[in-house]
Amino acid sequence: MSDIILEMKHITKEFSGVKALDDVNFEVKRGEIHALCGENGAGKSTLMNVLSGVYPFGAYSGDIEYHGEACQFHKIKDSEAKGIVIIHQELALSPHLSIAENVFLGNEQLAMKGVIDWTKTRKHAKEVLAKVGLENENVNVPVSTLGVGKQQLIEIAKAMAKKVELLILDEPTAALNDEESKKLLNIMLDLKNHGITCIIISHKLNEISYVADSITVIRDGKTIETLEKGTDDISEDRIIKGMVGRELKNRYPHREECPVGETLLEVKDWNVYHPDDADRKMIKNVSFNVKAGEVVGFAGLMGAGRTELAMSLFGKTYGQKISGTVKIKGKEVQINTVQDAINNKLAYVSEDRKTYGLVLIDSIRQNMTMAALRNFFSKNGVVNSNDEILSAEEYKNKINIKSNSIEQTVGSLSGGNQQKVVLAKWMLTQPDILILDEPTRGIDVGAKYEIYCVINDLAKAGKAVIVISSELPEIIGTCDRVYVINEGQIAGELGKEELTQEGIMRCIMAHNGKDD
Amino acid sequence: MEKKKTVNLDMKQYGMVLALIAVFLIFAAMTKGANMSPANMNNLIMQNGYVVILAVGMLLCVLTGNIDLGVGSMVALTGAAVGIIIVDYKLPIFVAIIVALIIGLLSGMFVGFFVSKLAIPPFIVTLATMLMGRGLTYTLLKAQTKGPLPGEFTFIGAGFLPTIKVPFGDGTIDMVSIIVALVASILIILNEIKNKKLKQKYGFAVNPAWQEVIKLVVILVIVWFFFSKLAQYNGIPFVLVIMGVLVGIYHFITSKTVAGRQIYALGGNAKAAKLSGINTERVFFWVYTNMGILCAVAGIVLSARNASSTPKAGDGFEMDAIASCYIGGAATAGGIGTIIGAVVGAFIMGVLNNGMSLYGWSTDIQKIVKGAVLLGAVTVDLVSKRKKG
Repeated sequence: MSDIILEMKHITKEFSGVKALDDVNFEVKRGEIHALCGENGAGKSTLMNVLSGVYPFGAYSGDIEYHGEACQFHKIKDSEAKGIVIIHQELALSPHLSIAENVFLGNEQLAMKGVIDWTKTRKHAKEVLAKVGLENENVNVPVSTLGVGKQQLIEIAKAMAKKVELLILDEPTAALNDEESKKLLNIMLDLKNHGITCIIISHKLNEISYVADSITVIRDGKTIETLEKGTDDISEDRIIKGMVGRELKNRYPHREECPVGETLLEVKDWNVYHPDDADRKMIKNVSFNVKAGEVVGFAGLMGAGRTELAMSLFGKTYGQKISGTVKIKGKEVQINTVQDAINNKLAYVSEDRKTYGLVLIDSIRQNMTMAALRNFFSKNGVVNSNDEILSAEEYKNKINIKSNSIEQTVGSLSGGNQQKVVLAKWMLTQPDILILDEPTRGIDVGAKYEIYCVINDLAKAGKAVIVISSELPEIIGTCDRVYVINEGQIAGELGKEELTQEGIMRCIMAHNGKDD
Repeated sequence: MEKKKTVNLDMKQYGMVLALIAVFLIFAAMTKGANMSPANMNNLIMQNGYVVILAVGMLLCVLTGNIDLGVGSMVALTGAAVGIIIVDYKLPIFVAIIVALIIGLLSGMFVGFFVSKLAIPPFIVTLATMLMGRGLTYTLLKAQTKGPLPGEFTFIGAGFLPTIKVPFGDGTIDMVSIIVALVASILIILNEIKNKKLKQKYGFAVNPAWQEVIKLVVILVIVWFFFSKLAQYNGIPFVLVIMGVLVGIYHFITSKTVAGRQIYALGGNAKAAKLSGINTERVFFWVYTNMGILCAVAGIVLSARNASSTPKAGDGFEMDAIASCYIGGAATAGGIGTIIGAVVGAFIMGVLNNGMSLYGWSTDIQKIVKGAVLLGAVTVDLVSKRKKG
């Protein structure tokens, strides 16, 4: 049982100079379930993408040995031919095709070259589905009629149809409820008994403790340790310590003490349902408040519901059947559209600047004034281009956007500068309350520092700032007070003194446990 | 950072104007100057007036990343309404015009409702209005041509502004046209000076003076060439006034107003626009409603020029209008394009049509050439952009 099926040695992968993986060593034994743990951005998914050939041989350095022989995967098909199948976080199913068609997608059962044998397809689909506990499904119905949990199982069935030996699951339970998760985990244990090796990436440490035989912890692109079930302590606390145990350097500007003023935003009993699924509650009875001069963090794992909460507050841009009360400066307000939010001096900087923040083909000036145009840069519907140019110039200098001129298209700017343009766009609406969703995602350290400075300045100017971030050090480095959000609920509130990475993680884990 | 004080003129911006001049000169050579005659210059305006009017409205649709296929049918429908009201019901002309405009408004709102409220793809909605509009026109007119329309009405499409003719060379010359050309020249020069001052005031890079002068000279030569030809004919056609006013209004809307900026933002990234407080549904609704109104204007002008309403009127106009926008540099994905570009695009198509007719090529050949020009223009535009990016 203890022979090695996969060995990855000295894997280093850079993205334009930034090391996402730094000399990573990773070993998986035949027939085990091996968990890969780490914070968001630690490099887990990157490592799996190297393994499966998403990043082709040559795009990284280091060696992959599978069954003792060196492998060079140039594309996903190469790794699949060896029996390595990865199931990504986002499901790769074609929603309008039937279950049978999806199971054999890209791997069709053929009668002759180019012609599908439907009888064979359905028969084999049934056989494969039986292995994942879906023997009672009608294989002719479209996949979209199934719930997420079953869709996840279809993905596994799809992998089984490809004669999988090593199955990689990237956050398979992120979108599942507890019952579905349990079922999936049990199927994994069942697969193990059939001799299939699994690698699972998950944030839910209780699940990892439940299924994993060994656990490798990755932090900042480096392998930290591998824990074996039976010999090492694999409790959640132990894993957390490995995940976050980094020293905090001076990556955050000093926060001057500024007086905390009146409560600017107060939300009570906020409930939101999924936009496509009227029965799925995404935000459950959330209440919180933010005061003037305060930076409040929303910590939590990806998919915890932080973005959904922010967007549902911001002109109901997410969800349906929204209920609860919002008070701004003590007065109850109705915010039904983004324009209402702007008028109520509420701003939201999206986590996805390219999709939701910017018009990439337009200039810095046009992007900066996009949200404020109606209220501050026009009279009777005619744009005051002089004011527009002056303000754009002012903010370009104020937050140090590096560009030739304000007429440069934002598509040609670096990520950090694009992020500053989005920030400027919302600062120009003269908000009292700013919600910054992952304000430093995907930008370099220098630009991050500058954005933290902007956050500090906003607080100093008496604004209420909410920072949503998956990077715990960032939350701790910038915030005065933190709400920990998990599964659409507030799992806890931590003051400045209690603010540690272990504290936040423990809060999430304790809350996860409560639901079981 | 040291700022560059001058920057070369972006030739791509003027590429289409140069193409227009080139096409015109090629046909001038081919037809031995026949396309330069005063009568033909006048024809160019009269023949292309409605395409320009439609291209202006179509540009807004194209900016959102969509098109309107129902334009030709709506032109026919509103034209038919005019004919029926004037000929059958013998009502005053202004009633006919108002009813036509209302029909255009309602048909535009109809499209706008489906596109914005129900989120039906514009391609489908306008494909439907194209079929329904044409069928309705045939039904209303009983497949017959309705006419003739009275002279007071045909003035809109075929009339001229009052003239002051003075003897000049072999014929006469209209002083009104000359005065208009003079005023236009002064305005163009003043505007250039103002722009340059503004750029200097804000420390922006300006074009080298010699380039500015060449640009200005070319524009003024075109203006004077054009108006001098009109002056030698019957003066300024009324259609030119309608065109000029509409182009002016829509150029202003697209470049200087909040509404215009919202259309560009929507076309560039609808999700970002929505999250920036732009009511994207409302923008879609008004863009298509506006298109309906402009279809009515074009329908009125066309029936006035033909002095009759025919069920086949406006056949294929949607394609001319769409092609004008793309030839004029608009992007199929939306968010890029200008009114002036669309107008220049319309005239490139017009000059091609007109030149080929004068040269004696059949309409069959004309279609082949027009298709090739559209494909060529857009290909050059996209390929050159890809190289840059």
